[in-house]
Amino acid sequence: MTLVEKPKIAKPEEGDIPMTNDRVVIEDLAVSYSGKIAIKDVNMKIPGQSVTALIGPSGCGKTTLLRTINRMHDLTKGAEVTGKVTIDGKNIYDSGINPILQRRKIGMVFQKPNPFPTMSIWDNVAAGLKLNGIKNRALLNEIIEDSLKMSYLWDEVKDDLKKPAVTLSGGQQQRLCIARALAIQPEVLLMDEPASALDPIATAKIEQTITELKEHYTIIIVTHNMQQAVRVSDRTGFMYLGELIEYDKTDNIFKNPKEELTRNYVEGRFG
Amino acid sequence: MSKKELKLKTDFRWDKIFKIGATCAGAYVLLVIVIMFVQLLTDSWLVWEKEGLGFITGMNWNPVEGRESFGALPYIAGTLVTSLIAMCIAVPLSIGIAMFLSEIAPPSIREPVSFIVELLAAVPSIIYGLWGLFTFRILFKDWFESPTHDALGEYIWLFADAPFGLDILTASIVLAIMIIPTISAVSREILLAVPAIQREAAYMLGATKWEVFKMSVLPYAKSGLIGASILGLGRAVGETMAVTMLIGNAVGSKAFPIAFFQQGNSLASIIANEFNEASPVGIYFPALIGLGLILLFVSLGINICAHVIIRKMVGAHEGGIKGF
Amino acid sequence: MKRRIEYRTHFKDNISSRMLSDKIVKIAVITCCVIAIIPLASILIDVVRNGIEIISWTFLTALPGSAASGEGGIVNSIQGTFIMIGMTSAIGIPIGVLSGIYVSEYANSRIGQLIRFYNDVMMQFPSIVFGVFAFLLIVMVLGSFNLWAGAVALSLIMFPIIARTTEESLKLIPDTYREAGHALGIPKSVVTLKVLLTAAKGGIVTGVMLSVARIAGETAPLIMTILGSKGWFRGVDVAMDALPLTIWRLSMLPYDAAVLQSWGAALVLITIVLILNVSVRYVVLYRKGGKLGMLGSIMGGKK
Repeated sequence: MTLVEKPKIAKPEEGDIPMTNDRVVIEDLAVSYSGKIAIKDVNMKIPGQSVTALIGPSGCGKTTLLRTINRMHDLTKGAEVTGKVTIDGKNIYDSGINPILQRRKIGMVFQKPNPFPTMSIWDNVAAGLKLNGIKNRALLNEIIEDSLKMSYLWDEVKDDLKKPAVTLSGGQQQRLCIARALAIQPEVLLMDEPASALDPIATAKIEQTITELKEHYTIIIVTHNMQQAVRVSDRTGFMYLGELIEYDKTDNIFKNPKEELTRNYVEGRFG
Repeated sequence: MSKKELKLKTDFRWDKIFKIGATCAGAYVLLVIVIMFVQLLTDSWLVWEKEGLGFITGMNWNPVEGRESFGALPYIAGTLVTSLIAMCIAVPLSIGIAMFLSEIAPPSIREPVSFIVELLAAVPSIIYGLWGLFTFRILFKDWFESPTHDALGEYIWLFADAPFGLDILTASIVLAIMIIPTISAVSREILLAVPAIQREAAYMLGATKWEVFKMSVLPYAKSGLIGASILGLGRAVGETMAVTMLIGNAVGSKAFPIAFFQQGNSLASIIANEFNEASPVGIYFPALIGLGLILLFVSLGINICAHVIIRKMVGAHEGGIKGF
Repeated sequence: MKRRIEYRTHFKDNISSRMLSDKIVKIAVITCCVIAIIPLASILIDVVRNGIEIISWTFLTALPGSAASGEGGIVNSIQGTFIMIGMTSAIGIPIGVLSGIYVSEYANSRIGQLIRFYNDVMMQFPSIVFGVFAFLLIVMVLGSFNLWAGAVALSLIMFPIIARTTEESLKLIPDTYREAGHALGIPKSVVTLKVLLTAAKGGIVTGVMLSVARIAGETAPLIMTILGSKGWFRGVDVAMDALPLTIWRLSMLPYDAAVLQSWGAALVLITIVLILNVSVRYVVLYRKGGKLGMLGSIMGGKK
């Protein structure tokens, strides 16, 4: 292999199953916007090959927490992040880390599907690959097919990949966004209320996708829908007013919560 | 009728009067535009009668009685050539400025820099002309025109004329400076109107700021930026004083622009130079008015194009831009 | 368990060239800003440097002397500029404000769009054509150069700007004000004039100031309407001078002394214009209005 092709990421051999111990470790994380504290004292250990849900009422800080993991707060003026977020042993907020390479390892799916409107389906999925210098047509086709299959969109679009992305339905667009994120094979997949803008059928498809994806990815999903958390996640973290109140196996959170605040929330006493 | 009823009746009448007044004021702009076109057409009728459509394609400019003949082509070409050269310079600079303001500058820098660029728009045209005439022209002639003429004048016809500094190129460059604030301000608004989640989608893939711009902002904003540039073109076409003072004031076929250092005239500048001298007898005067009519049409046409293009962008994506 | 194929080995190690491109673009874009600001600095420096030489109490208060001598001053031009501003505003402000009120409060959206479009078109028309129009309409009919023609020509530049600013300022006011007035049975005209205009006052004043700054610097429409003169104001139906005309006329003369006076007049003019523009910016910042950015540049310029 020439120097140019040598991968920059330490990667397990082809076909290996990723480690299932704690891949994302959050320590004493706090985020403030222009001095106003958004989240504080967050400590979590998130295992690999699993789905972790973040639940809590509006404004509790779950999206803020999610966005610390791929350093999206770098883009917000006035945002200050303290604490450690360690992925596979490396603190991503270390001064030596290049945020661009870092973000490549973490895929994100947003609340509202946001495919690039001027690009076709094919171009959307290829976007991240082209950034990383992959030009070979055959290779691109292969990876795009692989990604679209993983997000369960392939069968619906395989006949016309050159169609503009905006002609797809909402649910399809969201799956396209998932495929786009998966194409560059991130380690961790962050999903910010991915199904909240979708109808029940599309939501079911997304949830099915998530369940299948967790075989290969570490997924963290923010949701305001508690039933969804139950359906999809292995572990759940409940947040309230910027603090992580409780974090445990999903079963425990919903059937047998330790904190009273958690119990009140999951029983629907407040939203 | 009780006092209250009387008051209500008067109030009602005043309300109606106000509404009529406001409606008249609203209709005023339409009325003025129509009357302007009609007046200009009527008072230039004589020259259209004599030259017909040849007025638009002709290149004569002969006010001598008995041999009067006028053609607008050199000035139409002068207007278009100076405006197009100005666009070639101004559009890249303006989009660069807009990119700086929307993508890179932190808010503390964005405000003052925007303000300074907009001050460029506040400087009156006559002062641009003054500066151009006494400062810029000298520098430009000494540092660019003369050297280029000496080196390339024999080979490339563009640089063949002896440079005096008062020519099409000088006028075009000053024109470019004048339209930068227009294009950059509108472009900036358009770039800022691109939704944040579009940019975030690109960042999420691990892209540099420039890649984010290329991938998600530019395609989204493309037609809006084109519209902004055309707005700049519309402004350039109507610009009078600075061009008048710098373009060299040539008339007739000599004024048809084919070289950079050639003297010329634009539709606006020849009107400014000759209007008060033109004798109202004969068709000299109607010819100048005819130039004004043509200028009005050109300006109208360009602005309709700009609006159509910008509206297409606003329609294509959600989220409009204020004012369009 | 499905095997996952590792495609990342195909990623190129291009991060340093990507970051380099990013940096180059960043520098290019900053250079654009610098290139744009240099002329502004040069103009301001020139006007101040050259103009300050001739500025004196005499210069500002004396009538023009003979062209070559360099004596005399520009007091009639200053007077003329202010008179023109006054007369133009008397025509342009009422029409502009009422037109803005119409589009915002009375017109349905189709007509409103139509009027707004033609308003914008009007804002972009070459101002020299307004001068020609006023000449044909007024000067030829009255038989002499006069101030009404000049005021009408300038008002055609002024009123679309004020109409636009008024409309936009009114649009910012929440409908609850209108609904409250309606519910109380107050006639629409009263609500508009007393309540809405007061709330929109800041925006409207800003529009007025910006349009005044604009017409103060306009030369082309004055060339064939008020023509210029060397004396004091003698009546609205006689030719008169104004700062932009003076600058133009003096700059074209072959005497250095005249050119110097031209710079002096330019200094006075640009001071007026800049004071107005800077005050507006200060007002806008203070009130956190914000929407004026684009509008400021659409209106400034072309004279």
